[in-house]
Amino acid sequence: MNHVFMTATEIAKDFNRRPIFRDISFSLSSPSSLAISGKNGAGKSTLSKILAGLISSTRGSITYTLNDKQVGIEEFKHHIGFVSPYLNLYDEFTALENLQLLSRIRATTQQNETRMKDLLRLVSLWKRKDDLVGTFSSGMKQRLKYAFALLHNPIVLILDEPTSNLDDEGIEFVQRMVKQQKEEGVLIVATNDKKEACWCAQEIHVGMPEK
Amino acid sequence: MNSIASTWAVVVKDVRSELRTRYALNALLMFVITSVATILFALREDELNPEILSGMFWVVIFFTAMSGLSRIFVSEEERGTTLTLQLVASPSVVYFGKLIFNCGLTLLLSSAVTVLYVVVFPAFVIKSALIFGLTVFLGSLGFASAATIIAAVIAKANTKGTLYPVLSFPILIPLLMTVMKSTARALDGELFTAALGEFQILVSYLLVMTAGSYLLFDYVWKE
Repeated sequence: MNHVFMTATEIAKDFNRRPIFRDISFSLSSPSSLAISGKNGAGKSTLSKILAGLISSTRGSITYTLNDKQVGIEEFKHHIGFVSPYLNLYDEFTALENLQLLSRIRATTQQNETRMKDLLRLVSLWKRKDDLVGTFSSGMKQRLKYAFALLHNPIVLILDEPTSNLDDEGIEFVQRMVKQQKEEGVLIVATNDKKEACWCAQEIHVGMPEK
Repeated sequence: MNSIASTWAVVVKDVRSELRTRYALNALLMFVITSVATILFALREDELNPEILSGMFWVVIFFTAMSGLSRIFVSEEERGTTLTLQLVASPSVVYFGKLIFNCGLTLLLSSAVTVLYVVVFPAFVIKSALIFGLTVFLGSLGFASAATIIAAVIAKANTKGTLYPVLSFPILIPLLMTVMKSTARALDGELFTAALGEFQILVSYLLVMTAGSYLLFDYVWKE
């Protein structure tokens, strides 16, 4: 597997001039894991989106190094898996179609039908693979998000509220996957659940000090 | 090659999505039928000259396009799939994928309005098919190019519905004036060389709008 190194330097984010968090700095090298904790509205999801290159920070910078070569976020994005309550898949397509279409758009070399089918079995959605995602429950949609996140064998896996909407079986699946990911790549978990934060070796706390 | 494959995959995704949801197609179809029917009822007794007919032709296309083309980004934003698309594709791939889809939709719309006008208005006789065809083709692409970037901008705004035609109108004025003049020439049966100036404007508009949109899209697409 590829080796990655991520460095965040003095990251800050404001929304409409309201500061969300300030001076977040850390380094991560595979294999490693980081929990992002904080109160509701502290900016955990915002920081995870910044790390995934989905939104930009107001100040600070993040560098991504892949196999000792510094790369831009657009290239590095192909190595990131992301699961979040804000990320939705297409309701008008079936579970399998979602994976096929998104894999084609990503156009990486790792797209193949066998991997998709294996992942759908892994997240216990094989029997519903031809059903429209619009007919899925919130827990099933969360499982499908995991299949989508793991589709391209990401080196960095960013999980925002990883077990939301999942049943016991789903939580067990996430725990197994988390264990494997932090041994082989980089795992980042944004959560306010102390049990989930304990999955990770490091923890950073985000938010502004109360006045 | 990867970028071309990704761009095409975005187009395929949007076409399949549109065929299943009919978000834009239904809106466009209903708008074309109702607006042409209204014009027909209002003006059935009148003798219309080419200038008025070409103006009404593009008015229908303008307002119909305004009712449907914004869906390309607004539907992604409303369904919360913008993040998904941002994760799997670079901004340029998304922009060109959406642009190609909107170009196809606008060409389909212009063709449908042309057929309806020819059938419904006896005075709408295309005497110069080459001028008319090229005007509709370049005008549709220009419309789609402007509409795509404006749709990307308004998808992030709170008042999406009202903002779209308001924001589009000043940007589309040069295009509208040119295509109306050129269409009138086609209905008058003028020589192709007479419309060369309009075609130069249309090609320039298309190139400037597409290049400008491509440069701007990164900032619009990323929050």
